[in-house]
Amino acid sequence: MLTSSLVLGSTSQGFNGGDMLYQLVVFIILLALLKKFAWGPLMGIMTQREEHVANEIKAAEASRQEALNYLEEQREIVKQSRTEAGQLIENAKLQGEAQRLDIVNQARIEADRVKESAKREIVQEKEKAITALREQVASLSVLIATKVIEKELSEADQEQLINDYIQEAGEGK
Amino acid sequence: MNHGAPLHNFMGLTFNLSNVLMITVASLVVFLLAFLGTRKLAMKPTGMQNFMEWIMDFVKGIINSNMDWRTGGQFQLLGMTLLMYIFVSNMLGLPFAISYDGVLWWKSPTADPVITLTLAVMVLGLTHYYAIKMKGVKGYFKAYKNPMTFVEEFTNSLTLGLRLYGNIYAGEVLLGLLAGSLAFSGAAGFIGAIVPTLVWQGYSIFVGSIQAFIFVTLTMVYLSHKVSDDH
Repeated sequence: MLTSSLVLGSTSQGFNGGDMLYQLVVFIILLALLKKFAWGPLMGIMTQREEHVANEIKAAEASRQEALNYLEEQREIVKQSRTEAGQLIENAKLQGEAQRLDIVNQARIEADRVKESAKREIVQEKEKAITALREQVASLSVLIATKVIEKELSEADQEQLINDYIQEAGEGK
Repeated sequence: MNHGAPLHNFMGLTFNLSNVLMITVASLVVFLLAFLGTRKLAMKPTGMQNFMEWIMDFVKGIINSNMDWRTGGQFQLLGMTLLMYIFVSNMLGLPFAISYDGVLWWKSPTADPVITLTLAVMVLGLTHYYAIKMKGVKGYFKAYKNPMTFVEEFTNSLTLGLRLYGNIYAGEVLLGLLAGSLAFSGAAGFIGAIVPTLVWQGYSIFVGSIQAFIFVTLTMVYLSHKVSDDH
């Protein structure tokens, strides 16, 4: 009796199809309920997380790429500005040199001009003085002549007279 | 150990009310576990959600080792439900057995061959259903060129169901003998029964988990045999 019950279990009498049916129905109900209330939402959240992670990875990669691009751009800009600055300095140097030469040249020309004009003035003055002297001498000669004519004078007197006039002319000038 | 069964006839079918009770209890436990475990779902999983997701990944692993995820993905819910239901059923009979008037009421539902064979036949039925659905009638019958396939159908369903039943029933019988007979044979017997009972209960938990895992794995193996093209 013990062995027979061990072999076939507690339900050795008859065929209980009811249990089968019940088990089947209950299992299908359980499957449906779990799908609706437990596995469905759970799967949803897991898929959502997967998507989230994938998106985050994608975003991180994109921003990394962007950062790299920025870096490259900045590097380019720095390089460019460095060459620009070098160029500016070079230009300024050249310009300064040119300006220096210019100023020196101008100063030289100006000095030349001033010197020239001074020379010219000197010459003019000299001419003027000579002319004036010449006129004086002419009038003086006329004057002497008249004086000689007016009165007979001694040679000493005449000499005295000429000297006086020359003295006079020198003072009058 | 000579317990009777609370048989009852209803609409021409025989119901073992103990089975009906235990199937209901196991289903309720599974449903409550899964339902309460998936209430506070968050992107950052906490507590029970971690456990539920572990089950999900575990079943996913079983399916992935047998077939392509594109065809296998649809069996995930079945696998998870089967795993939890069989595991809970196996565990139910471990802490105690209740008999009333010589009739055994509380036990593992999987300690009854009718229940395990029902599950096995259901799985085999599903394999046929999916084989026709996914490969067409022509592809389905092509698999039967080899007559051994017919034999395989019967042995598969029998071994699938009887393996589970045998393991769980044997565990319960030994527990019953230890706790029911040895422990009542006197003070020495009671003390002597404690250690082996503890050991056997621990071992039964292990066996129950392994059997649930094996049942789901074999389910996926049979499904992949029928569904995939290279067989």
